[in-house]
Amino acid sequence: MPSYRMQIYGWLLLLPAAVLLIAFTHYPTVATLVQSLFLSGSVTRPAVFVGVENYQFMLEDDVFWQAVRNNIWFALGTIPISIALALQMALWVNRRLPARGLVRMAYFTPTILPMIAVANIWLFFYTPGIGLIDQFLGLFGLPGHNWLGDPDTVLACLIVLTIWKEAGFFMIFYLAALQSLPPELEEAGKLEGAGRWYFFWRITFPLLMPTTLFVVINALINSFKLVDHLFILTKGGPNNASTLLLYYIYEVAFSFFDPSYAATLTVALLAFLALVAIGQFVLLDKRIHYR
Amino acid sequence: MTATTIAPAAPEHAGRIGRVVETGAAWLLAFLWVLPLLYAVWAAFHPPAYATRLDLLAPLTLENFATAWSQAPFARYFLNTFLLVTSILGAQLVLCTLAAYAFARFRFVGRDIAFALVLVQLMIMPEVLIVENYRTMSQLGLVDTILGIGLPYMASAFGIFLLRQAFKTVPTELEEAARVEGCSFLQVLLKVYVPLAKPTYLAYGLVSVSTHWNNFLWPLVVTNSVETRPLTVGLAIFGAPESGVNWSVISAATLLAVAPLLIAFLLFQRQFVQSFMRAGIK
Amino acid sequence: MMSRRITNLLAGGALGVGLALGVAGAALAKTQLTMYYPVAVGGPLTQIVDGMVADFESAHPDIDVNAIYAGNYDDARIKALAALKSGEPAELSVMFSIDIYELIEQDAIVAFDDIVETAEEKAWLESFYPALMENGRTQGKTWGIPFQRSTIVMYYNKDAFRDAGLDPESPPATWDELVSMSKQLTKKNDAGQVERWGAMIPSTGYAYWMFGALAIQNGQVLMNNDGNETYFDDPAVVEALQYWLDLSREHGVMPQNTIEWGTLRQNFLDGRTAIMWHSTGNLTAVKDGASFDFGVAMLPASERRGSPTGGGNFYIFKDSTPEERKAALTFIKWMTEPERTAHWSIETGYLGTSPAAYQTDALEAYVQEFPPAAVARDQLEFATAELSTYETGRVRKLLDDAIQAALTGAETPEEALSSAQSQAERLLRRYQ
Repeated sequence: MPSYRMQIYGWLLLLPAAVLLIAFTHYPTVATLVQSLFLSGSVTRPAVFVGVENYQFMLEDDVFWQAVRNNIWFALGTIPISIALALQMALWVNRRLPARGLVRMAYFTPTILPMIAVANIWLFFYTPGIGLIDQFLGLFGLPGHNWLGDPDTVLACLIVLTIWKEAGFFMIFYLAALQSLPPELEEAGKLEGAGRWYFFWRITFPLLMPTTLFVVINALINSFKLVDHLFILTKGGPNNASTLLLYYIYEVAFSFFDPSYAATLTVALLAFLALVAIGQFVLLDKRIHYR
Repeated sequence: MTATTIAPAAPEHAGRIGRVVETGAAWLLAFLWVLPLLYAVWAAFHPPAYATRLDLLAPLTLENFATAWSQAPFARYFLNTFLLVTSILGAQLVLCTLAAYAFARFRFVGRDIAFALVLVQLMIMPEVLIVENYRTMSQLGLVDTILGIGLPYMASAFGIFLLRQAFKTVPTELEEAARVEGCSFLQVLLKVYVPLAKPTYLAYGLVSVSTHWNNFLWPLVVTNSVETRPLTVGLAIFGAPESGVNWSVISAATLLAVAPLLIAFLLFQRQFVQSFMRAGIK
Repeated sequence: MMSRRITNLLAGGALGVGLALGVAGAALAKTQLTMYYPVAVGGPLTQIVDGMVADFESAHPDIDVNAIYAGNYDDARIKALAALKSGEPAELSVMFSIDIYELIEQDAIVAFDDIVETAEEKAWLESFYPALMENGRTQGKTWGIPFQRSTIVMYYNKDAFRDAGLDPESPPATWDELVSMSKQLTKKNDAGQVERWGAMIPSTGYAYWMFGALAIQNGQVLMNNDGNETYFDDPAVVEALQYWLDLSREHGVMPQNTIEWGTLRQNFLDGRTAIMWHSTGNLTAVKDGASFDFGVAMLPASERRGSPTGGGNFYIFKDSTPEERKAALTFIKWMTEPERTAHWSIETGYLGTSPAAYQTDALEAYVQEFPPAAVARDQLEFATAELSTYETGRVRKLLDDAIQAALTGAETPEEALSSAQSQAERLLRRYQ
């Protein structure tokens, strides 16, 4: 095929996808930046250019900072534990285990359920007094707790739910990685009499590093974009103790009708994601050197 | 992780005990992982009076399902979700195939930059841009349409990426052979590349269907009416009435909403898991 | 918009042709109305609304009403405003009564005073309970007509009262009685854990609404009628929050921290609390679910009795033709006729919105047979407007957060409320 036709065909093939990507990813990213420099108007009051005023407001906004803090704690709480659990699950179902199929299915099931639906069920777990957790504690004579109503425990409750939802998903990646490891490796390990603990940390875990990186990035992105459960469980309360950045953006945009400030908050969120992206590049670079 | 067999002194014995303990732990975790679903089943199939009391002799009933079904237009929600999921998947398959083909086999100016710009979407997902995308949709007059829910997802960076990988593994000799037979480049795509990438399509399709079946935030923002609202949004509205929730009925509604995907998963568990594994391998 | 006009044109043309052919009476030129409405309480409410709409259409063959169920109140407001912005037709809607300032600010609605013409229509505007009109009137005009309206009442477990040696027919009527009776009602097991709480007032979801009741009972409203001033740091308001906090921290008759709105009814039905404050909209659900003898009473008084009203009003949108406005008015008048209001109230548990509704045979008989249904009506005498201002979403959240901050012990009531007040002042400055 002549090269100029290659050019034209290449772009023509790309065109439909490019149009949609530009319209719903690149354009809105830029438009968000522009919008954040204006003050929201209403029908009776036009929007006005205010420069960085929205950003100043954001820096003084306690709820914003609370959401950022919560987001960080949420990420720190969910990612390590769900990854450790995912790895453990993968190791378990990758070896001989009675009823392995059932166990694997159990681990994976939360992944295919909608967050909004499971939040409904978990609400019944956490309800003080009559919820399943408090009833269980009651069997041992332990006092119940106002799980979602206490600012000290509410975020932990959301973290537990998210770990439950995500661990099985991450398990899949580890399972795929484990199955692609050469079986001779383990035999060699056995021959040399290496304990399983030693073998895991010195051989398996380093070999799984690329998967771990991939899962970490995925989990990080998820911790920014997954807010469905808040709509059912806490609405960000009590007193914003469980609000997350994206949920706050939704609130500002669609119940306070302040698209400009929502855009400002979105820019902050985009900045976090950009940081993750940069981090990913740096780590991926290392990974290539490692290989 | 598994600190169960450290002592080398009596490996046989310790190994056996360790194995039993580990099996127990694996089972316990599995039980904990399905517990929420079991509880929903319990609450949904028993009268509301037993919603918070586990009593093995409690009578069984389908009343809660009937109530849920009659109180909200779930049939319509099912239809909407079905239309949404199929239209997204259909468009994704076409758009991503074309774009992936371009990236895999065509050399054109700006290809690498274009590919990098596509990958931006892996990081900045449509969920993050709800405010601006909502504005765009209202300018296009697509608020409260199923097309409006699906449009931002139809060009999927993930799909393009996966298919590009798959196409790149196709030997160029096959393409050349087809050329010799007089196939146009679109025919080559359809006759050589697409059939060979079948497993990738299956994997991507399953991931896409389950993602969009479960998607909530953007559909919540962009739908207004029963005619467009997908199951997740319908369920959320149903589940949070002003006067407080009826546990049994909500459990029934929740099970209704997850049933199709759950049943499909239970039936095709192996394929599901393997597809997800395939989609995850980069 | 365009297609609707074309339909009307075509219909007009068809009518002309029909007349020319001598087929008289084929009134094809129907007025099309689109209405959004929320369903905030459980129950098959959509079916009731659909049934009423169908009845209306058969009584008024020249008007078509397309009633769209739009989720809860927030959804309905968002959806209706979004539909207006995107140019989709909606001529009227049932929306939260407190959305009035937002709707005026968006220039979305017309005042009923500008639509009513006849003396009869003007009299109709005056036919509702005054307390229910408070949230619909500002700037000297009427913007909202009460439809699905509720108020807060006190549900109590009579069996628990008997168990605690209290008279089940005299529920607490004052704040002090609420404390003392709740202390008697609170039951602990041998391990010192509470098995039954004295009282629960929900503090998620609609915390500002519950708090509005406490504030007015203590003699202070939360905002002015122009919707541009709040009184969150008024001493009486601070005292009201202190009282709420004391119920848990000081007197130990209510669980500490926030109490979930959505699951509270289940707590009550399970006997976990002897008293709960909740919407009248819950009456039918409690009646169906309670396995014990329960009662409904007015909220107790400090300085006075009182509760805010709540719920949805009819609004007519500005983006409509005079004919459509007339048709919308016809529809709203029809929906609020005493007989229909009575039917609506019996089916849903919402308030009858006019005294005339309670004088209908149907509602009189119902109240006779089920006295709790009258409690909300009797309380209307003491009722006041629900918190509603410009920037109402934000202001509401400020108050919700302040309440939750105090109840969770993060701040004292005084700190929390004065900070909410100063932030509210900042928000409302541009509307003064």
